[in-house]
Amino acid sequence: MLDDVDRRILRHYQSEPTLTTAELAERCRISQGVCWRRVEKMQAAGIIQGQEAVIDWSVLGYAVEVSLRVTLDKTQARAFDDFTTAAREVAEVIEIQTFLGRVDVRLSVLARDMSHYQQVYRDLILTLPHIADIEALMHIARVKRDEALPI
Amino acid sequence: MIDLDEIDRKILRALAQDATQSAGALGRKFGLSQPATWRRIRRLEEAGVIKGRRLRLNAEALGFGVTVFLGVKLARKGQVSLEDFERAVSAIPEVQTVEHVLGLYDYRLRVVARDISDFERVLRRRIMTLPGAGDVEANVLLSEERLPGPIG
Repeated sequence: MLDDVDRRILRHYQSEPTLTTAELAERCRISQGVCWRRVEKMQAAGIIQGQEAVIDWSVLGYAVEVSLRVTLDKTQARAFDDFTTAAREVAEVIEIQTFLGRVDVRLSVLARDMSHYQQVYRDLILTLPHIADIEALMHIARVKRDEALPI
Repeated sequence: MIDLDEIDRKILRALAQDATQSAGALGRKFGLSQPATWRRIRRLEEAGVIKGRRLRLNAEALGFGVTVFLGVKLARKGQVSLEDFERAVSAIPEVQTVEHVLGLYDYRLRVVARDISDFERVLRRRIMTLPGAGDVEANVLLSEERLPGPIG
């Protein structure tokens, strides 16, 4: 079970993942040794799973991001598996999520520009198996993006 | 825009999986010296390709059992300023991401909650009461995977 100190560590660590143990300890007003042990413990327990670099795709020339909300043909028993397996092979797909609700699967798709998007959409997305319906949401801006948990 | 060669792409892909790898460790993996790898990482950061780091936490282990994506349509466009809506929605701690989108909905929100009844509380007390919030569609997240994207 986590106590207040653990939660304090997670809050600070989450908002500034590049902090060293010493800096993190100072922010949390605890000793370095305690901080290090707590972080180790939470890593071992699988609470802290790791750190990932966040890529800004627009800097790499991918100016377009589209959310494709897909409804699958559920009369096909393997619709989910076939669809996600095939979607994984498309390099421009950066995220696959499955849902309970009106939407079955959502893909995040990157493209360099609109004509590239059109090409990806026609040649690589519409050819994926068992699609019953697709809706597109074009990203205009990310207003909040830290993905922080309200610990 | 910045051009990446094969090694840059490998480094970027490796860091997107595990950002704690040292320049030395990455260099050994890809046959580069530690300083050469460090310079490449530095260049990726300075160009803004790597815009930061994200701590990967196990939401379920921390008691957040439910993630819901909401599509929100603004009710009275023109009367409510987008800035007001964005400011108010961004201030809700349970709302993890806010994306302004074009299409069926105006905004796409990622919301975490302890369970479905906690989600209902967030939805009723926080989301539905936002200035200008209209039609809302909810989809409960079952699974999620992130892929390396076009740097493979």
